[in-house]
Amino acid sequence: MATTEPTTTAPEAAATDVALDVRGLQKTYGGQGRSVEAIRELSFSVPRGQLTCIVGPSGAGKTTLLRCIAGLLDVTAGEIVLDGERVTGPPRGMAVVFQEYGRSLFPWMTVQQNVERPLIERRVPKAERRRVVADALAAVGLGDSGEAHPWQLSGGMQQRVAIARAVAYEPTVLIMDEPFAAVDAQTRADLEDLVRDLWHRLGVTVLFVTHDIDESVYLGQRVLVLSNRPTVLLEDVTVDLPDERDQLGTRGTHRFAELRGHVYELIQRAKAGHRPEDDAGPAS
Amino acid sequence: MTATTTDVPAPRRRVPLPSGDGALGVLGLLTVAAVVEVLPRTGLVNPGYLPPTSEILRALGGVLADADFWRLLGLTLRGWAAGLAVAMALGVALGLLIGSFRVLREVTASTIEFLRPIPSVALIPLVVLVFGSRPPSALVLVVYAATWQVLVQVLYGVADVDPVARDTARSYRFSFLSTGWNVVWPTALPYVVTGFRLAAAVALILEVTAELVIGVPGLGQAIGVAQSSGAVPETYALVIAVGLVGVLVNVLARVLERRVLRWHPSVRREAS
Ligand SMILES: Nc1ncnc2c1ncn2[C@@H]1O[C@H](COP(=O)(O)OP(=O)(O)OP(=O)(O)O)[C@@H](O)[C@H]1O
Ligand SMILES: [Mg+2]
Repeated sequence: MATTEPTTTAPEAAATDVALDVRGLQKTYGGQGRSVEAIRELSFSVPRGQLTCIVGPSGAGKTTLLRCIAGLLDVTAGEIVLDGERVTGPPRGMAVVFQEYGRSLFPWMTVQQNVERPLIERRVPKAERRRVVADALAAVGLGDSGEAHPWQLSGGMQQRVAIARAVAYEPTVLIMDEPFAAVDAQTRADLEDLVRDLWHRLGVTVLFVTHDIDESVYLGQRVLVLSNRPTVLLEDVTVDLPDERDQLGTRGTHRFAELRGHVYELIQRAKAGHRPEDDAGPAS
Repeated sequence: MTATTTDVPAPRRRVPLPSGDGALGVLGLLTVAAVVEVLPRTGLVNPGYLPPTSEILRALGGVLADADFWRLLGLTLRGWAAGLAVAMALGVALGLLIGSFRVLREVTASTIEFLRPIPSVALIPLVVLVFGSRPPSALVLVVYAATWQVLVQVLYGVADVDPVARDTARSYRFSFLSTGWNVVWPTALPYVVTGFRLAAAVALILEVTAELVIGVPGLGQAIGVAQSSGAVPETYALVIAVGLVGVLVNVLARVLERRVLRWHPSVRREAS
């Protein structure tokens, strides 16, 4: 792992207590002759313990952004700083729930083994491992499916296994890429509350990508709206709803409707190809 | 694009051969037996070249009752198993090693493409020169031919690791060895088993060839002896016996495949 000199970065990080800093990120996928400019310029920082939602049109580069942050993809330009350290590979203490959750579970392992494996890598003692795994599975409502193999479960259940695995890992940063795409509305509502609950309990910094505008407003303290590809930040929306949220009450408030409408409008504009520079310069 | 339908890695390159209907298969066999019975008797084929089925079967009975047959069978199986074991070890080790490092893959690619098409039998003069008609001759031929089967399969297997599974292992910071053992090996396992099945068949062919051509002791050598002493029905009987060994080997390999790959989609579907 690369170690940065604490003298330059630590005071800054301590002063603002920034968990994650994305600075001038650019990502262009290169191929033979064909290159795709996925992210043009993204800069934002996430305070420790914040729950940030990221929304944007399909193909905007949300997954690309998360993969850069997770150290799975080299950036073209700019840098990503996590806890004062520049990300050059998968950082310690980060858990990722992938969009393709089914393929991220190992079919040759049972559910229990899937959740336990990362803890073995972290050398968590066996007794504690067992307890943490059981707790995580119970938390996602899969307490009795530990012996099953992932392919014996429904899509939504597999998704919950992936979430349990991330939670059991006790990360300081949790990254989720459209984790509820495959579950029914009721389970989805439950899982949303589960994520907020876990977030409260663990004090973890969460980055949550979703297609669902309601979900982004309901879950987040803040919603980052991305433009069409090549991606820039369209707007950084602060969600000033009370911290205590519940499915019916919160969604029924006037403020929720306002925020939701605002994000909705932004997304519509993003889909239509609107970009921030259109506001600044003369229309062309 | 939300990937809701992507569940388990689809087993590619593993289309099962049509195993056919049992009853029809027996019918086919009986037809062949009947034709072989009739042809020499009607004089269409010289019985000196192709004796009728009944005579071959009688000879087969005699062969099976002979203790010497079982001793030779033991020698053939021993040579086969030893060669297969070495080929498995070599093929799996080399395959995992080469498959895990891009540099090695690129360095070895042209060498493999050059060496692989060399028929094992082309090495016969060489091994005779070095080992004469002793078992090591057969061993070299068997190992050479069978290792390719395993190696190529393992290379495919290692390349088949799901990118998302690999990313998962990376982001949870699996160690190199742990990734190998928990992610790469289970992915490659179906290919290893396929490689085993193919290698088992090829190894038997090469073992018998070495015995027949070079005179390494075993069933192949017995076929050669029977043929040169004009015992035509015995020759056919021995050929059939060797064929039966081949069938048995294949059946065992398939049973093994099923046991090892209980979790694998191709097996799951059949089981449920
Ligand atoms: N490996 C790759 N090579 C080349 N181009 C890629 C690659 N991965 C993604 N892209 C391109 O980058 C752009 C952003 O893709 P990305 O997967 O990040 O979008 P997304 O916002 O996650 O979309 P969705 O909401 O549908 O999941 C797309 O235009 C895609 O075609
Ligand atoms: Mg995506």
